[in-house]
Amino acid sequence: MNRVLITGNLAAAWGARLADIDYCPAFPITPQTEIIETLAAWIDKGEMPGRLVTLESEHAMVTAAGAAAATGVRVFSATSSQGLLYALEMLYTVAGWRAPFVLVNVSRGLSAPITLEPDHNDILAARDSGFLQIHCATCQEVLDSVLMAYRLGEDPAVRLPVLVNLDGFYLSFTREPVAIPDPAVVREFLPPFDPGTIRFRASAPESQAVAVLSGGPYSYFRYEMHLAARNGLAAYDRIAAELEARFGRAWPAVEAYRCEDAELLFVMMGSFATKAKAAVDSLRAAGWRIGLLRPRLLRPFPEAAFRRWMAGKRGAAVIDQNISLGSGGVLYTEVTAAIHGQPAMPLLTSFIGGLGGRDIPPEEFFEMARIARDAAERGQAPPPRLLYTADELRETRKLQVLAKVERARLSGGEQP
Amino acid sequence: MSEIRFTNVKQLPSVHLLGSGNPMCAGCGGLEALHQVYDILGANTVFVNAAGCMTLLAVYPFTPFRGSWLYTAMASAPAGAQGIRDALDVLKERRGLPPGEDMQVVVLTGDGSAYGMGLSATSGAIERGLDFLYLCYDNEGYGNTGQQASAATPHGARTATSLSGIGFVGEKKPLFDIWAAHRPPYVATVIGSEPLDLARKIEKAKAIKGPRLIIALSPCPTGWDFDPQESVTIGKLAVNTGIWPLKEYVDGKVVHTKIPRRRVPVTSYLEAQGRFAHLFKPQRNEAVLAEIQAKVDAYWAGVI
Repeated sequence: MNRVLITGNLAAAWGARLADIDYCPAFPITPQTEIIETLAAWIDKGEMPGRLVTLESEHAMVTAAGAAAATGVRVFSATSSQGLLYALEMLYTVAGWRAPFVLVNVSRGLSAPITLEPDHNDILAARDSGFLQIHCATCQEVLDSVLMAYRLGEDPAVRLPVLVNLDGFYLSFTREPVAIPDPAVVREFLPPFDPGTIRFRASAPESQAVAVLSGGPYSYFRYEMHLAARNGLAAYDRIAAELEARFGRAWPAVEAYRCEDAELLFVMMGSFATKAKAAVDSLRAAGWRIGLLRPRLLRPFPEAAFRRWMAGKRGAAVIDQNISLGSGGVLYTEVTAAIHGQPAMPLLTSFIGGLGGRDIPPEEFFEMARIARDAAERGQAPPPRLLYTADELRETRKLQVLAKVERARLSGGEQP
Repeated sequence: MSEIRFTNVKQLPSVHLLGSGNPMCAGCGGLEALHQVYDILGANTVFVNAAGCMTLLAVYPFTPFRGSWLYTAMASAPAGAQGIRDALDVLKERRGLPPGEDMQVVVLTGDGSAYGMGLSATSGAIERGLDFLYLCYDNEGYGNTGQQASAATPHGARTATSLSGIGFVGEKKPLFDIWAAHRPPYVATVIGSEPLDLARKIEKAKAIKGPRLIIALSPCPTGWDFDPQESVTIGKLAVNTGIWPLKEYVDGKVVHTKIPRRRVPVTSYLEAQGRFAHLFKPQRNEAVLAEIQAKVDAYWAGVI
């Protein structure tokens, strides 16, 4: 095994290369573009087989990806943010085709206002699409998760497409040491795609994705997809165990960091969870009994793991790097639903932070731990907290003053 | 050369491949064209469909097709064709798929998709040189939802969203020209009421590699408001009035395949359809009728 210093984008491309993909419909978007550029260069230079075609939109790209997977080839694609949303109709559609493939999303905040830096509103917009979702926190995890995603999606009991998420900039453009597994070992872990009966052949005509005219068959097929996604829980655990045995790296559905004896927990996903991990270490050093739960698998949602890890804890701060406008944090509602009605569950407090790449510094983690602890002691959760400092507000106010001055100047010299 | 295979209507296939008993309306001009196209293309095809009337051809668990079918969405059927074509090619190159398992990839959409929402995907597919055949059944409106005006609706037609005044005030989008401007190997207009012309064109298109695009004007009894038994008559009038020029774009040139020698006045075509009745009753709207005639005359003046 060969360790190299590569970006998360390159790790994703290596995942696709090692998965021996046949086809990559592509469309550029920041901060994902490096993935498809890398694959295009490898294919052009003959370093890997397969075909890469640049479509004219992400909507077309996901249509082509689904159609190719439905024809029986192994497909990879990647997008980000606005691109994922532009393709959203097709995410729901191709998931219903039950033709597995892997789509990497490099998270980036959504317009408006338009921005480049990450949060998870893009990927969470695809939460109910039928794609399974794996969320990564490190570059190594990106590579390994792409391989796991093929195993998971292609599992005969699952057969659904899988989204692998990494955060823009923090992972996409950050170099970390990554072990590139030996292709021969990967082939043992991930054999060639067997499309089963879902493929187009002249000798075996087939109609796919046909209309249904009533709720009976419609509900049947939707329930089938749901149950297939649920089958992904057991399949994931099996695949993760096998990956650990072969490569010596453990990627459980929910990563639990220093949770065994913890009274308090942070709950977070994505690369910002590594900041939470550092905060756990600092707080532990100061005598706190605190840990971190990081779901890697968001769909299917691993409720059982949450219940197991949360049982007996006093409080948990759920930190969402997303915002369901008018409600709050998505992960908070997911975790709440998972533990509701279960015995001995912690009191959850909700925080929103990291939107558009906004940093969450250590002192904010310490403050969140304190709020979560106090709430647990009182037995009552405070309202969800939107992380924002007085300094940030002052900086934004300065921009607003500038905007007003410029507007006044342009409209006739009047000063505010 | 394949063009001469059909010199006479008696040589056309007499047994239809497409099954009967599907939910299309009686007298559907689109279905008439599809029957004929399918007979020439054969069952060794995979149809990639976009949202439209013909989406209801395949309703679980039935299909009238002997070959394969994939429903995509309204905007991206050509991208679906791209995925299937590329996958079949890769399977042949890398995975030992026998050539006999290959298929013609055919996009099937209405005008709503072809002239509007799907135009970007079509443009992309042509630009990439995708080896596929596109069949647009053009009934000049969003027929499946009750004939609202689309980018294919002709000037002066009443639709569910152009009910007053002269009807639709816009002009039918020149899709043939837009497609041809991409310089694909083949573009043609056809109509089910001219089966020999249609068969020759599909036969020719079948033998060509690359993007081949066909627009079939599709008289629509429900959307155009005429008796289903008049469908063929109205199709013939569309050609004989010069309103629907039968032509093909091949090798960079547009050739008209059937030039009506003495064009019937456009009023004969318009009068036969309820969607144009307001141009005749309670009184004739001579200005609009003359305008429609003048546009047809101007078109043909440029042809001959």
